[in-house]
Amino acid sequence: MRIKLLSAGLLAFLGAVVAAGVRAEINVGVTLSATGPAASLGIPEKNTVALLPTTIAGQKVNYIVLDDASDTTTAVKNTRKLLAENRVDLVIGSTTTPNSLAMIDVVAEGETPMISMAASARIIDPMDSKRAWVFKTPQNDAQMATAIVQHMLDNKVRTVAYIGFADAYGEGWWNEFSKIAEARKIQIVGNERFNRADTSVTGQVLKILAAKPDAVLVGGAGTPAALPQKSLKEKGYKGLMYQTHGVANADFLRVCGKDCEGTFLPAGPVLVAAQLPDGNPIKKVALEYVAKYEAMHGKGTVSTFGAHAWDASRLLANAAPEALKKAQPGTPEFRKALRDALEKTTNLTGAHGVFNMSPQDHLGFDQRARVMVRIENGAWKLAE
Amino acid sequence: MDLQIALLLGQDGVTNGAIYALLALALVLVFAVTRVIFIPQGEFVAFGALTLASLQAGRLPGTVWLLLAMGTAIALIEGSAAMRARRFRRLPLILLINCGAPLLLAASLLAVSPAELPLLVQVLLTLMLVVPLGPMLYRLAYQPVAEASVLALLIVSVAVHVTLTGVGLLFFGAEGSRTPAFTDVSFEVGDVVLQGQTILVIVASILLIVALYLFFERTLYGKALRATAMNRTGARLMGISGNLAGLLSFTLAGAIGAFSGVLISPITTIYYDSGFLIGLKGFVGAIIGGLASYPVAAGGAVLVGLLEAYSSFWASAFKEVIVFTLIIPVLLWRSLKTRHVEEA
Repeated sequence: MRIKLLSAGLLAFLGAVVAAGVRAEINVGVTLSATGPAASLGIPEKNTVALLPTTIAGQKVNYIVLDDASDTTTAVKNTRKLLAENRVDLVIGSTTTPNSLAMIDVVAEGETPMISMAASARIIDPMDSKRAWVFKTPQNDAQMATAIVQHMLDNKVRTVAYIGFADAYGEGWWNEFSKIAEARKIQIVGNERFNRADTSVTGQVLKILAAKPDAVLVGGAGTPAALPQKSLKEKGYKGLMYQTHGVANADFLRVCGKDCEGTFLPAGPVLVAAQLPDGNPIKKVALEYVAKYEAMHGKGTVSTFGAHAWDASRLLANAAPEALKKAQPGTPEFRKALRDALEKTTNLTGAHGVFNMSPQDHLGFDQRARVMVRIENGAWKLAE
Repeated sequence: MDLQIALLLGQDGVTNGAIYALLALALVLVFAVTRVIFIPQGEFVAFGALTLASLQAGRLPGTVWLLLAMGTAIALIEGSAAMRARRFRRLPLILLINCGAPLLLAASLLAVSPAELPLLVQVLLTLMLVVPLGPMLYRLAYQPVAEASVLALLIVSVAVHVTLTGVGLLFFGAEGSRTPAFTDVSFEVGDVVLQGQTILVIVASILLIVALYLFFERTLYGKALRATAMNRTGARLMGISGNLAGLLSFTLAGAIGAFSGVLISPITTIYYDSGFLIGLKGFVGAIIGGLASYPVAAGGAVLVGLLEAYSSFWASAFKEVIVFTLIIPVLLWRSLKTRHVEEA
């Protein structure tokens, strides 16, 4: 009790100091999955946070980074800690959809804006009073699925089989993809599941082969997504192969090797930044990020996941000056002003696309946020 | 499902089953001798596979550092015990075994470029790096509490498992590795293509099982282990050291785990945390054998492999559910059939 009183007194004193005109610093709380199943996504994000600007609009920015071990309970605990102990002005995170969904209630209750780095549209849709505090930087699954279906139609694919993770990622992709594919009259002849830790997918692959699809879509993330593709090739599958943007890192190319030649996937433009036409506004931002990241971690280490953290920081840098006009960091008014400013983001170019947010759309990406990529000679190649 | 698919699935199931069988044998062995339910058994598979992959990629595998760290820790413990007992003449030997040997191994790895070595040497190096972790783990984590209850030992196992998984992430990173196949040979039997790699796994597993059988039946140390498993106190009265039996069984478990890792790494991508699930399936096999019978455990593990292969064809989303549900009727049958003996 005494400690509480003491800290309350201290806070009151600090508040008085702030009110007296000494500018407070912006505190950004980050919770991401640097360990656990989503570590291959969380680690580049964590590396990116280390590259983020430490001053925004003349104001010092502190980043408090916590690891949630890909665990929903820990993500919620981290968020509470960031809000209560560190009194952050913005929460960035988490890496995965389940974690981000669980954090919505906490940030809404604490009236603190949050920028998620997870993919699912459910994080910001349907928009309600709680999600009003939540923004996200990665492309929605639906947007990526539409790109795949369009590419399939262009390549005269009539029948397709799906094999995905037996978790939220695989289910989410199946729901989006099957809906769009059926609407566009592509027949789905197979729907299989496998686990990230599986040592064999022979059963699923044989069943897919028996259905003789024109194309196969693998709904997996990171290197585990290579297993079905390698098995299909081994058993002599000759049709088109599609992967999702979850595989867009160098390790996937290393593990999959020549079995992945000719595979198509939709991805954020940052993956093929150097190959974008010069007129594309995203090219400059994306190349800047790639250069910064590779200077720190070596050539070829960049992945699209870290760029989501980079984009979150760009959103903050764009919104903070507006919010600073209205209130001081560390106050509820500043957090409210920051939220309002984030919602008004227009024509902001990130490494993954151009943000045009609205009260109804807290992502605000258009078609420029995705490109079709083909794997050629063990490298990502922008497809026409 | 036609005959060809059935055969292909069967081949797949037997290959995985052979590896689960090896792990099941190691689990039964460790439990019989030390009463430890060795959850980290799977970690040896992952460490074996990833160490081999690092060597082939020309990197210094992280297991070297683990070996050095654990060796130093043991040298400190043993050394201070020897000092207290005023047996200074034992010090050089303690240092040589626990620090000298790992250092020598690390130095030789730095001196040569491991990527260019022949495959057999790489495999041997992998085994030399990973197998000693078994007895070292026993010395550090289990020996101080060797007389504790099965439950306490199980808790230690969980702690060791979590620690090793974390260490694995640190050493090998979040992404997996797959090593090139040992052989590209394949045979055609009727309509079905038999992969050389598959045959290699099955033959190697059978050879290892035969070697284990000979070890237990024909050698003094094997007989000592069997004696300890049957009656710990009796064996001690006959002059068999409980610690030696523990170290020996953990060495065997480490060797079986690392060897399984080497066998499985060309078949599938292995991650720092893959070992747990593979070990768990071996555990289902071991449970079928009641953690006591070697042949039943091996047979149960092959059954797990086959069940896994066929269920992945019929109901891929429920594969793990089906495999792990198998344990319920087995436990029911076992608990009805055997009289439960409360542990002292």
